[in-house]
Amino acid sequence: MSGVLYSLVALGFVLIFKASGVFNFAQGAMVLLAGLALVRSLDLLVTRGFPLWAAIILGIGFAAVIMAIAAWLIERFVIGPLVNQDGLTLFMSTIGVTFILEGAAQMIFGSDAYPLRLFPTDAWFLFENVFPGGILVNKLDVWGGFIAGILVAGLAIFFERTKTGRALRAVADDHLAAQSVGIPIGWIWFVVWLAAGLVALVAATVWGTKLGVQFSITFLALKALPVLIIGGLTSIPGAIVGGLIVGAGEKIAEVFLGSYIGGGIEYWFAYVLALAVLLVRPQGLFGERIIERI
Amino acid sequence: MVRNKLMLAAAVLSGVVLATPAAAQNEQFIPILSYRTGAYAVNGVPFANGMADYYNLVNERDGGINGVKLLVEECETGYATDKGVECYERLKGKGPTGAAFVNPLSTGITFALTEKTATDKIPIITMGYGRADSKNGAVFAYNFPLLGTYWSAADIAIQHIAKEVGGFDKLKGKKISLLFHDSPYGKEPIPMLQVLAKKHGFEFTPIPVTHPGVEQKSQWLAIRQNRPDYVLVWGWGVMNGTAVKEAAAVAYPREKMIGVWWSGAEPDVTPAGDQAAGYKALMLQHGAGKFPVHADIEKHVYAKGKGLSEPGKVGEVLYNRGMVNAMLGVEAIRKAQEKFGKKPLTGEQVRWGLENLNLSEARLKELGFEGMLKPVKISCSDHEGARDGRVQQWDGKGWKIISDWYTANQSGTEPLVDEVSAKYAAEKNIKSRDCSKES
Repeated sequence: MSGVLYSLVALGFVLIFKASGVFNFAQGAMVLLAGLALVRSLDLLVTRGFPLWAAIILGIGFAAVIMAIAAWLIERFVIGPLVNQDGLTLFMSTIGVTFILEGAAQMIFGSDAYPLRLFPTDAWFLFENVFPGGILVNKLDVWGGFIAGILVAGLAIFFERTKTGRALRAVADDHLAAQSVGIPIGWIWFVVWLAAGLVALVAATVWGTKLGVQFSITFLALKALPVLIIGGLTSIPGAIVGGLIVGAGEKIAEVFLGSYIGGGIEYWFAYVLALAVLLVRPQGLFGERIIERI
Repeated sequence: MVRNKLMLAAAVLSGVVLATPAAAQNEQFIPILSYRTGAYAVNGVPFANGMADYYNLVNERDGGINGVKLLVEECETGYATDKGVECYERLKGKGPTGAAFVNPLSTGITFALTEKTATDKIPIITMGYGRADSKNGAVFAYNFPLLGTYWSAADIAIQHIAKEVGGFDKLKGKKISLLFHDSPYGKEPIPMLQVLAKKHGFEFTPIPVTHPGVEQKSQWLAIRQNRPDYVLVWGWGVMNGTAVKEAAAVAYPREKMIGVWWSGAEPDVTPAGDQAAGYKALMLQHGAGKFPVHADIEKHVYAKGKGLSEPGKVGEVLYNRGMVNAMLGVEAIRKAQEKFGKKPLTGEQVRWGLENLNLSEARLKELGFEGMLKPVKISCSDHEGARDGRVQQWDGKGWKIISDWYTANQSGTEPLVDEVSAKYAAEKNIKSRDCSKES
């Protein structure tokens, strides 16, 4: 189940790639920015005497505004001027955005480890009477799965049933063609980066509860990559299935194989799985088949 | 607060915190290799603040060391070995006499710099970390693992467990796991724990955690499966807090976890909240809290708006450790000045000061560190200088000292130090010094 938590980060990648054709390396940094904005505002509001429920609502609102500002700045100064450039150029620009977001987020909100407790983190132990140890189910993982399910359903409706969603897909197919039929590409990119920012905020609430909000949550981007490769870069349900496969695969590998080869294989085993999928299905399990017409 | 953040921002962006633009001739240059950004900033920031504030105190309160002002420059390593080496190379020649010493705050960087610093004749101070075999100053003339190596820490941890279970004879058949950061730092205690496991008959299982340690579920599932009696935690940064949270998730008792002294600070437990209550950690002698030296820092540094930390964090574990680290370096320079004169000194001269440093209880009291440290006496054959520790426990709000003092058993650590340092000397073709002839 813990793999679903990676899916929450992977969803942000898929969203931007599906809607704009940009592979957004900055997704991990966006999780950090959203998490820091949330936890710092939450702390401030609670110390000022706000009731917790009000502080949570206002904190989430504040973090959403911060993500909207970040989305506008990225569209205005980075992605917008690069319209019609090739994918590699756009990808490189998101690497730059990563470092700027990481530095700015820590400079503005601090670089400490900030506790966040929005979800329960204890576990259920099932079937303890049936076999020794029983089955351990972490409540946070269940919450993560529940939230991911809602996100997938919401995003699927957004992409398939709304005018903006269809415009996003048109822009992803061809920037120039989308512009020529009157789609305001600047506005569309702002919307998609905002949506990815809000997905990052959701991921930050779960991962912040798990680890505390601190710089290390940017590393989640690296764990989301194999999820994307397995699930497919353009598939939202693929991000969930990829997360489940990575989560289960790396844990089984560590527990049953790790002890024979010195342990510590969990971190890279996800990439072994991803490479295996790449060899047999380059577009990922749920990705769109790559067809090049000559 | 905003000003502090701007200063920190300047530190990050320019790599310079305290250096004045023009280095005067009567200044002693000291580099700070720090990490204020990246995965380990949570622990690196308070340590660097403690160091910088103490150097600032010496300048503000005393006008430097016997009139020689300290010129300090910070360089961001991000806890990365390559950046650490780059910082060292950039800073080693600065100031009128070059760097007095270097504190890398990373065992990985220590391993990378050990040969370079010996060639450049610049001491490398690794207080409570670094190479455990470098305790042998006859071979490692420029390494100073002051106050305790990881082998001493391992010995102290096992002493404490033996006390809890009712004696060393009760260790036989017990299961002790080591959850370690998969890096030179985390691997360092393994040889000592293997020796101790053989000696006392406990079953020892090392469990690696890959950098940075955000995902440990499978390790804790293995712990849940194996059910060890104790889990030693050799983590850094996010790994520590995650270990505590995952332990809670699999219902492993936090009272049976003992972290090394780098896994026993406030940032290691606060993210876990109430789940961290009961977690124990070794102390590199001192813990959290304020002592007379803190009053001086508040008066001479913070009252003038020159402090780098948030005021509420002055006196936290890692802030205090940075201060202790800086104080030992300053006192080594002072000692060296007794022999070489009250002027900026070379690294080689400061090395002599370190090797002859003798901080008595009375001197520690004068310095305002009474109650934080026990006396330290360094010699050619003993670059560790002291090997005492205690155990503290997090009660959900603060650290409480729960044990008396332990001293690492040298009869256990010494043979391993001799064996490994002799091997190093043979590999690197180093001729051991005759410590009886050193003065």
